[in-house]
Amino acid sequence: MSKSQTRVAVTGLGATTPLGGDMPSTWSALLAGESGIRKLDWEGVDDLPVQFAATLKVDPSEVMPKQNLRRLDRNQAIALIAAREAWASAGFAVPAGGKGQKGMDRPGVDGGFTVDGERLGVVLSSGIGGLHTALNSYDVFREKGWSRVSPFTVPMLMPNGASGHVGIEFGAMAGSHALVSACASSGEAVGYAIDMIRAGRADVVICGGTESCIHPLQMASFGAMRAMSTRNEEPARASRPYDKNRDGFVLGEGAAVMILESEEHARARGAQIHGFASGCGYSGDAYDIVLPDPSGSGQAKAMQRALKDAGLEPADLVHINAHATSTPAGDVAELASIKAGLGEEAARQVVITATKSMTGHLLGGAGALESIFTVLALKEGVVPFVANLEDLDDEVDLDIARDEPRKLPDGPAAALNNSFGFGGHNVSVAFERAL
Amino acid sequence: MAVATEQQILDGLAEIIDEIVGIDKSEVTPEKNFIDDLDIDSLSMVEIAVAAQDRFDVEIPDDELRNLKTVKDVINFVQNLQS
Repeated sequence: MSKSQTRVAVTGLGATTPLGGDMPSTWSALLAGESGIRKLDWEGVDDLPVQFAATLKVDPSEVMPKQNLRRLDRNQAIALIAAREAWASAGFAVPAGGKGQKGMDRPGVDGGFTVDGERLGVVLSSGIGGLHTALNSYDVFREKGWSRVSPFTVPMLMPNGASGHVGIEFGAMAGSHALVSACASSGEAVGYAIDMIRAGRADVVICGGTESCIHPLQMASFGAMRAMSTRNEEPARASRPYDKNRDGFVLGEGAAVMILESEEHARARGAQIHGFASGCGYSGDAYDIVLPDPSGSGQAKAMQRALKDAGLEPADLVHINAHATSTPAGDVAELASIKAGLGEEAARQVVITATKSMTGHLLGGAGALESIFTVLALKEGVVPFVANLEDLDDEVDLDIARDEPRKLPDGPAAALNNSFGFGGHNVSVAFERAL
Repeated sequence: MAVATEQQILDGLAEIIDEIVGIDKSEVTPEKNFIDDLDIDSLSMVEIAVAAQDRFDVEIPDDELRNLKTVKDVINFVQNLQS
């Protein structure tokens, strides 16, 4: 880290995922190697090439009143659920700024810390946005005419809707942003949040990602690309990064939110610091709209730039949460990028995991959820293992956490979280352990 | 549809408002103003009007909707159209 730069602390964590309705249950299920991937119960699902997905463990209707859900797309509702958990876990009271939303609770901690709304920002991404709303509203339009279309349709389908709702609920007036870069979206959100704090535009930023697009059309669309696993007979074992028999990714849904805060602000209020978000690296492949550049040079550059931005050396790294979606081509190519980006020697020292083996691929939510996993791996000194890894691909020659969680050494430690998206978007975020 | 009594329209409207914005049915009384007393925003009013049209089998043009300030205004409007 550059000594002149503000250090960015991670002080709050929240999530609702296929593994659990909050962050602690998600993390413990992950360490236990549980799968969040299930057979879909839709009518007509047997006609689809892929009949399973990583659906939410806890339905939003169990934790949010139906009147709130009526005006939120599912991706927005789950973003609010994750943001509320992150906010309360950071020890913040309900903020003084902002109007709040009609009929919605504004969660906080009794006697908790307050933050000036003018110094509070939001960066919350979705790769797809309100797909359910768009398609369901079109059905209403065709069946009943324009006048029956909900007046909330536009705010529900716009991909910045989640960011907007979270900003309103918590009174965030320093800026509300919604970066969209497919499966790299919420990796970028974390990176942009780091920059907001370093640039002095905010003291606290609510950042993360959300996605909920498990819909027949989306299943058909990814199916048409031949991108998803078709292991319909054993869904829980379908996502298997680095396994010889991997056959594609598994679509997942969920939201993950972190509270990032300048170290000075966090220390002044005595906040719990889970770790530091030390830097972010970006690159564009400029190669193909869906395929990664097979040379891996773009991905390698993102990792190198993240280290440089964080003021770290490759030898500082102990762990990488890989993008690894369980596609035949992507997973092993990423390992080559890691070697190119860090150098062979440093690459062999890091323990690599691929948590999509249990969560499925959250698309726009993936970068944030896996960032939180990376922070917790450093904090607790344990790397979740890759589930379903039975027959290691012959081309894998780096250290993959398999069979059981892997202990990390004590002391100073850094890690990367990689996120790569359609369009050639590469993002790598660097985290450091708080000592 | 048979002509509804004032109480039936009030009960129906209270159910719609509870369903859409989560205001308890007992709060919905004839003298209440939608914006000032019940804190219902304009987009929610559109949703309520659409639901009321379906429930009471009437048309509420946008121009008329703007004039319906209170619960009693809606009751009167629906009764006039039904009679």
